[in-house]
Amino acid sequence: ENGELNLEELNRLITRKTKLLAITAVSNVIGTINPVKTIVRTVKRLNPGCLVLVDAAQAVPHIAVDVQDWGADFVAFSGHKMLGPTGIGVLWGRFELLEEMPPFLFGGDMIREVHVGETMFNGVPHKFEAGTPHIAGTIGLGAAVDYLTTLGMDAVRAHEEAMTAYALKNLSRVKGIRIIGPHDVSQRGGVIAFTVSGIHPHDVAQILDQDNICIRVGFHCAQPLHEYLHIGPTCRISFYVYTTKEDIDALLVSLEKVRKLLG
Amino acid sequence: MDMYREQILDHYKHPRNFGTLKTSDAKASAYNATCGDKISIEIQCQMTNAKCQIKEIKFSGEGCAISMASASMLTERVKGMKVSAIMKLQTKDILGMLGTFLTPSRIKCATLPLEVLQKAVVSLGHVRK
Repeated sequence: ENGELNLEELNRLITRKTKLLAITAVSNVIGTINPVKTIVRTVKRLNPGCLVLVDAAQAVPHIAVDVQDWGADFVAFSGHKMLGPTGIGVLWGRFELLEEMPPFLFGGDMIREVHVGETMFNGVPHKFEAGTPHIAGTIGLGAAVDYLTTLGMDAVRAHEEAMTAYALKNLSRVKGIRIIGPHDVSQRGGVIAFTVSGIHPHDVAQILDQDNICIRVGFHCAQPLHEYLHIGPTCRISFYVYTTKEDIDALLVSLEKVRKLLG
Repeated sequence: MDMYREQILDHYKHPRNFGTLKTSDAKASAYNATCGDKISIEIQCQMTNAKCQIKEIKFSGEGCAISMASASMLTERVKGMKVSAIMKLQTKDILGMLGTFLTPSRIKCATLPLEVLQKAVVSLGHVRK
């Protein structure tokens, strides 16, 4: 009801035949922070052979993540969501699994030896990184990692929690605004999806844009979730290390304009 | 508020020809999945030389201010028009009709009603797509 996963469902979903469970660490729509460690432990208990892949794209940039602690088999995240450049990301996998897996992309440097009759592939990770890599992107991602490390992920999370709490408190005061997802900040990442009664998200975004406020609207690549919640497209605001209370105040002023113009 | 000039807001808040027809000669609808705009159009023909001339037209649905205003204006404009003329209407005519600057992502909102109208006209059978 409050946007949290019903972990009881795992008992029904994970069977002897289940090969892989893929879950998101933090929802990009409703912001729910999922208890990944608990989920992994439960899955392994139900079926030790079932693999777990975690989409950590909304987690790694915003909270301290320890892949060993999570115990998942694969973890994926994107560079452009963590102050890095586009076109670069990371798929972390357990070494023993990667060693077993065949390459999917062939090209330079993923081989050890190539003969007409046979090929010996390179070791992990080169086996999966054929061709000239996105060098500039990788260097950029490294710089982003260094920067975030300097800030400290606990500080990053603390700031984001404060911004989210401030936004939740003030947004929920605005007439006609419905916030989707947990109201408890500790359960939530720095993203808030909401609807404005009687006003289409596109129009909200357009007017906010004129005030230099950029939000995303639509289904956020999660149309099934919106259908499950019986809602149409939503507006979404998100926060990061650079967000200030003034930004949120400006949003509230702009939302008032939206209601006056189109309400 | 360039995009939301008075005429657009007026058509959005007081849409003309909004509703459904008791009987219709053709109807069509379309749904823009990326933003949730939904438009349905119903038309009634006045047959002249075996060709349809729009006698009555209504639109229904829900969507952003641009798509709703566009639908409202379009239905006003095409009353009495021959379907051959309707099939000649293009994006530039819609943009001219709205008379406002649209960012690329909103153009689809504006042309959705025309798409639906032309779909309905095509389903009459005596025009080519």
